[in-house]
Amino acid sequence: MSEFILITGRTAEQGKALHKGKGSDEYRRATEYVGMSVSDKERLGIREGRHVRVRTAHGEAELEMREGDLPDGMIFVPMGPAANRLIGSETRGTGMPDSKGLTAEVELL
Amino acid sequence: MRMENVVCPFCGCLCDDIVVEVRDNAITAVKRACANGRSLFLNTHTEAKHPTVDGREVEWPEAIAAAVDHLTDAASPLIYGLSSTATEAQRKAIALADLLGASIDSTSSVCHGPTSIGIQNQGEPTCTLGEVKHRADMVIFWGCNPSEAHIRHFARYSVSAAGSLTPRGRKDRTVVAVDVRPTRSARGADIFLQLRPGSDYEVLTTLRALLKGVTLEVSEVGGVRVSRLAELLERMKCCRFGVIFFGMGVTQTGGKYLNITELLALVAELNAHTRFSAMAMRGHGNVAGADCTLTWQTGYPFAINFARGYPQYNPGEFTAVDMLARREADAALIIASDPVAHFPLLAADYLKHIPAIVLDPEANLTAQQARVVLPTAMYGVSAPGTAYRMDNVPLPLKQVVESPQPTDEQVLDWIIERVKTCSA
Amino acid sequence: MLGIINGAVYDPQNGIDGEVREVWVEDGKIVAGGGIKRAGAEIIDATGMVIMPGGVDIHSHIVGAKVNAGRKFRPEDHRDHVRSRTTVARSGSGYTVPSTFLTGYGYAEMGYTTVMEAATAPLVARHTHEELEDTPMVDKGAYICMGNNHFIMKCIRDGHPEKAREYVAWLLGATKGYAIKIVNPGGVENWKWGKNVGELDDEVIGFDVTPREIISTLAWINDELGLPHVPHIHCINLGRTGNARTTMETIDSLGGRRAHFCHLQFLSYGGEPGTGLRSAAAEVARAVNEHPNVTVDVGQVIFGEATTMTSDGPLEYRLHKLSGNKWLNDDVEGETGGGIVPMGYRRNNPVNAVQWLIGLELSLLIDDPWRVFLTTDHPNAGPFFCYPQVIKLLMDRDYRAEMFEGIHRRARKGALLPELDREYSLYEIAVVTRAGTARALGLKNKGHLGVGADADVTIYRKLDDKEAMFAKPHLVLKDGQVIVRDGGIVREHQGRTLYVAPPYDAGIEEDIRAHFADTYTISFDNYPVAPECLSRSEVIPCA
Repeated sequence: MSEFILITGRTAEQGKALHKGKGSDEYRRATEYVGMSVSDKERLGIREGRHVRVRTAHGEAELEMREGDLPDGMIFVPMGPAANRLIGSETRGTGMPDSKGLTAEVELL
Repeated sequence: MRMENVVCPFCGCLCDDIVVEVRDNAITAVKRACANGRSLFLNTHTEAKHPTVDGREVEWPEAIAAAVDHLTDAASPLIYGLSSTATEAQRKAIALADLLGASIDSTSSVCHGPTSIGIQNQGEPTCTLGEVKHRADMVIFWGCNPSEAHIRHFARYSVSAAGSLTPRGRKDRTVVAVDVRPTRSARGADIFLQLRPGSDYEVLTTLRALLKGVTLEVSEVGGVRVSRLAELLERMKCCRFGVIFFGMGVTQTGGKYLNITELLALVAELNAHTRFSAMAMRGHGNVAGADCTLTWQTGYPFAINFARGYPQYNPGEFTAVDMLARREADAALIIASDPVAHFPLLAADYLKHIPAIVLDPEANLTAQQARVVLPTAMYGVSAPGTAYRMDNVPLPLKQVVESPQPTDEQVLDWIIERVKTCSA
Repeated sequence: MLGIINGAVYDPQNGIDGEVREVWVEDGKIVAGGGIKRAGAEIIDATGMVIMPGGVDIHSHIVGAKVNAGRKFRPEDHRDHVRSRTTVARSGSGYTVPSTFLTGYGYAEMGYTTVMEAATAPLVARHTHEELEDTPMVDKGAYICMGNNHFIMKCIRDGHPEKAREYVAWLLGATKGYAIKIVNPGGVENWKWGKNVGELDDEVIGFDVTPREIISTLAWINDELGLPHVPHIHCINLGRTGNARTTMETIDSLGGRRAHFCHLQFLSYGGEPGTGLRSAAAEVARAVNEHPNVTVDVGQVIFGEATTMTSDGPLEYRLHKLSGNKWLNDDVEGETGGGIVPMGYRRNNPVNAVQWLIGLELSLLIDDPWRVFLTTDHPNAGPFFCYPQVIKLLMDRDYRAEMFEGIHRRARKGALLPELDREYSLYEIAVVTRAGTARALGLKNKGHLGVGADADVTIYRKLDDKEAMFAKPHLVLKDGQVIVRDGGIVREHQGRTLYVAPPYDAGIEEDIRAHFADTYTISFDNYPVAPECLSRSEVIPCA
């Protein structure tokens, strides 16, 4: 297990896949993964394409691990149903849930 | 048939130079659109769809009656979404909320709602995108990633776009990216500031302090050397016309609207030195329109409730994520959006426990678990309408193909009419 | 068929000054009284009451991008001023920046039936018209900002005013606008460089034209096109000490061509920078008196909350720096700009007190009520709901004196107002709030009760307290239907959008297309507002 900061956000692939339908393979591929830096990946000994469990205080998701251009200590999950399992609904009176900068644990499956 | 100057309704860029070829009521080719826009136009469906009630296909009158029953039986109905529908429909949705005494919120509550709050605190020096194209010699992308989310923004408006004072396009500009990771957008920038996550507020405050001539005791803020921030600030002060585009990187983290308030204050203060503007990168194609219609009809841009007979505004109280997470809505009308796909699980899940009515061209994830599904035409593809670009310039969405489906506006009219008849 | 009988009619366009007369209405129009089939007609007995045509507001900021930005950023303006829905009216909120339904109802309840939106950037005219669709009850129109327009300035620079003329004709039709609006000509363009203009002959950066040339060209174009209204001018140097000089120079520069000068109060300042605000209302009033080609509206200050919002971008930045209040700015490509700053006017603030005095002095010193109209430049000097207060100030010198005592001592010292004991009559009030404004707008069917006029009629109870009288008419008719009774909306009604569509030489479109490709980030084809966007409209003919 290892602790990371989780960022969620839009990607071009996710945007394109929206129109194929959210049940489509393309959409799943575009949204159900977690990006991590090469050195973190190596440090944890995870092979590209392997699935990992990402857990936050709000929930967990099993996602395919992919290399990404990320700083060490940060992971990225595209916005979508998978990311939603990791984001809490507390908005601190703003309407906006904490969607970036959450503390997350990554565990090999 | 070839249609020119078609407006792509997908994102806040609302590119209006799209060329679409149509044969036998099907879109066969799309030119100039980005991958998102192409995907939108080429995945258009024009076959007839019946509305459904509890999974059964029904005729429209029965579907409308079921929808109205759920909405009028509810003590606290919530209308949500609006960002991918035309203003003509948004205005009807607000009329319905007024009539029902409902809550009404748009997707901006999970997007640029914090920006609206920041603007309410601080004001906003801004401009239209053409001013950026023609004048901006310094363009900063703060917490946003147009290469992924607003794909033609650089080419049409902000980076490579050539204008009267920027004839060489990219060469006539200094491009800065501020983000927590090196995104596709950051890689094309002249200057990239990589911040520690959650430190935008401190960095913005630092820039403001430096602008005021405060001497700082620290040498680093948010993972960036203060000297680098000071250098950037000097360049900002000396440019001819600067713009900060900003996105979810600042609205969704840490101080949220407090980040935006600082950003807008910085931009306002820069105007003592040179002309500087700020612009929110609005995500959905007509979320700016939703802000506009809600504001002109009620006075407020989102998070509104009509239960007392007049509009009340309270982010955190009437915003959709909060209302659903706290189980304060007992029926939901979801228009042109997919909260089940985009809301935190606790809030998204609750939609399974209350009657939900969905108006959408697609059977999205929310529709799949909704009691009443009302399939409508898609504005900008199979119905004409009006949408507002991220700089609030309104554009006429065109009808490119025909659809047997009614528009969101038409369906809302039917619902309103029936609500009025039932309560008469 | 409806007849209003036994009321005292004030219809200045037809010379009627309080005579008890009948007013007959049929199919939305005023019709002749003789030989009427009275049996079956609805009769309104207006005994003891005052009948006037519906009010016509010549300058107000009620709809569009700028107004809406003002609404959005001032929730504090709305929370305590709400309106609940009824079976015939939508709910809403807002005091200085009311939501659109509130605006329509508020005007109607005050007996106004036509309102002109004072400034629209052409690029966002579509937004103006969407909001006008949601502004019920009143007939309406929008002025189109042209004083910083790139195409026009290029035509002036290149010596082709005739091309500018064709362009203006095209532009008015494309934006479904009513009139040519000029705001701080050249100054708003210069603000995009962080600068402004200060003299009529200053240079507009990048265009080699001057404010003087912009004004004279647009005034010439207005005459060429035979537009029903005249160029509507917000002069350079608004709000600046000593600006009366350039205001009077601007009046002179017209060389006899007709024009309207808006919110003149803000442009009638004397004194030197650093020596405090002094009223130059007497000099400016004299200039207006001596130039019969000029009409004005006052922009009277109301003590209380206001929201300043104009296309005058550099002015709003100055107000932000002076007041420290939050500031909104919006530069519009190729056309104009603007800004918004909340403001309050306090009687014990010497500057605000002088501003208040200036408005009243102008109203009392300009002799001809047909040329000086009642406005508060809503919401810049005060909310339109306060027009009745202004009426009382004009009609009741004791009330004026009482209010005068309450303003800052420094403003009272040496003030002209105590010497001005003119009191407006009901007839003159009818002129400055409807008959004169309708005439200045070239609206032949408004502002009077002659046969053929639109049946927009207001019936007031005659009260001694003129503010109370004008705040709550007994009945208001729009297009012959009773829409307001004793201060409440009784019927839904949608007014018409009034616009002009002067013919133009289609050849200009090629030049405009080229201009679009160079200047705009939207395509030429997507710019015009289609007639279908206006649910009810009327084209007002050009001469």
